[in-house]
Amino acid sequence: MSEITKEQVLHVAHLARLAITDEEAEKMTKELDAIIGYAELLNELDTDNVEPTTHVLDLKNVMREDEPRKWIDREDALKNAPDQKNGQFRVPSILD
Amino acid sequence: MNFETIIGLEVHVELKTKSKIFSPSPNAFGAAPNENTNPIDLGYPGVLPVLNKEAVNFAMKAAMALNCEIATHTKFDRKNYFYPDNPKAYQISQFDQPIGENGWIEIEVDGYTKKIGITRIHMEEDAGKLSHTGDGYSLVDYNRQGTPLIEIVSEPDLRTPAEAYAYLEKLRNIIQYTGVSDVKMEEGSLRCDANISLRPIGQEKFGTKAELKNLNSFAFVQKGLEFEEKRQQKVLLAGGEILQETRRYDESTKETILMRVKEGSDDYRYFPEPDLVPLYIDDAWKERIRASIPELPDARKARYVNELGLPAYDAMVLTLSVEMSDFFEATLKAGADAKAASNWLMGEVSAYLNKQQKDLADIALTPEGLAKMITLIEDGTLSSKMAKKVFAELVENGGDPEQIVKDKGLVQISDEGQLTEIISSILDQNEQSVVDFKNGKDRALGFLVGQVMKQTKGQANPPMVNKILIAEMNKR
Repeated sequence: MSEITKEQVLHVAHLARLAITDEEAEKMTKELDAIIGYAELLNELDTDNVEPTTHVLDLKNVMREDEPRKWIDREDALKNAPDQKNGQFRVPSILD
Repeated sequence: MNFETIIGLEVHVELKTKSKIFSPSPNAFGAAPNENTNPIDLGYPGVLPVLNKEAVNFAMKAAMALNCEIATHTKFDRKNYFYPDNPKAYQISQFDQPIGENGWIEIEVDGYTKKIGITRIHMEEDAGKLSHTGDGYSLVDYNRQGTPLIEIVSEPDLRTPAEAYAYLEKLRNIIQYTGVSDVKMEEGSLRCDANISLRPIGQEKFGTKAELKNLNSFAFVQKGLEFEEKRQQKVLLAGGEILQETRRYDESTKETILMRVKEGSDDYRYFPEPDLVPLYIDDAWKERIRASIPELPDARKARYVNELGLPAYDAMVLTLSVEMSDFFEATLKAGADAKAASNWLMGEVSAYLNKQQKDLADIALTPEGLAKMITLIEDGTLSSKMAKKVFAELVENGGDPEQIVKDKGLVQISDEGQLTEIISSILDQNEQSVVDFKNGKDRALGFLVGQVMKQTKGQANPPMVNKILIAEMNKR
């Protein structure tokens, strides 16, 4: 059935910026494989004529009017920043 | 071997709503850093985005003006990535159900016209702005985070860098007319990435493409593409291979420089945004937006030629910006002749704007003022030379042209009796010139006209001076 590989686990961990050890990767490969395998039970259902569901709520077009509103001050915006300079958030450079 | 160039453009346009797309923070350019942010923009846990209805209206308006089909059922998706320009670690965008699809615009390059397809237009939120300080740190301003954007993706229909330039001009022109964006590249409200690949002529399969970034003006888009076209050709002719890479255009060296080689496709793990419910756009809503789209540049251009009898060139220049086109129409409404108004706008007015580096909205000249001045020229009150003086005053300080004419004592002398009197006395003082004229020396006439103008401080009606001078000399 499912076949989650260790490479996939490491790839997803990298995308999520998670540092995991080799043992953790082994463990997660097994666990994720089991979880995906369980979810695959759903494949037994015939969904040929069922529209894909993107949301479980029966709501649509929830919108607001275009009215600007000040909510917090700049000092508050920066209050939780680990580092700041000249009213800006200061972060380590990431060259992309 | 000969190659064919394939270019596709991705254009991001900021929509000028009053508030952001998913939060009520003010959406304004130029505020102090992080002034226009709130917990939603900053990606705090537990906050909920709510869609700005006007952002949808604006996106729809732009998509319709670009001839797109508008989705009936649409939704938002999360595009996941880690980069400090976005505190949520995902951007809310649209993945498989863009608001607009299958559009097109018509471009004109070197005398030929061509239809360029628009694959899709989707809505998304802009990210914050990073300044790299060079000391291993970056500063982040999240004012731009959450600004409504539309991304416009062209079909790979463009074949030359000049076509790419024309496409951008046309795109900007149309969107500017709809009024949904300032479309100013220098303020970042219009941004462009370009994809370019080469393939041997006759081959159907596309070659490997390079993506160009950091294109800060339409001219740089064209120059960057021209450089890249030659670079790829050289590599291919030498038997080399084009790698899928991102390159940036360097203005100082006029070259494209490698930023990174892409390995495999980006892995953004899109999934439906659970915090936003689906969007259903019914026909009534679509029609309401369609009815709000003003007459677009091509339609105006055709009307100027067919109904106003303007030359195609005039129509093209006048419709290049919505401000110019609106000003022109207001001048006509105020009673000016179409060709005269066109001449002034394309000539003196444009020259003044270029020289002062100003927009029409920033100068004192009004359509009413221009129209009145044109009328004064037509009824003979002002000579074209005097009109330039009135114009200089109008454009700097505004006011009523008739009043300016009076204040400056600029009224043209068109009274035949008065002119004849002046001319007679000048002929009396310059008998030799009269003799010269009769002997066929044309220069003598020019000299005498000059004398009349000197005496009347340039206010004599020039055609009448010519006529009377010749008549009076012939009498002698």
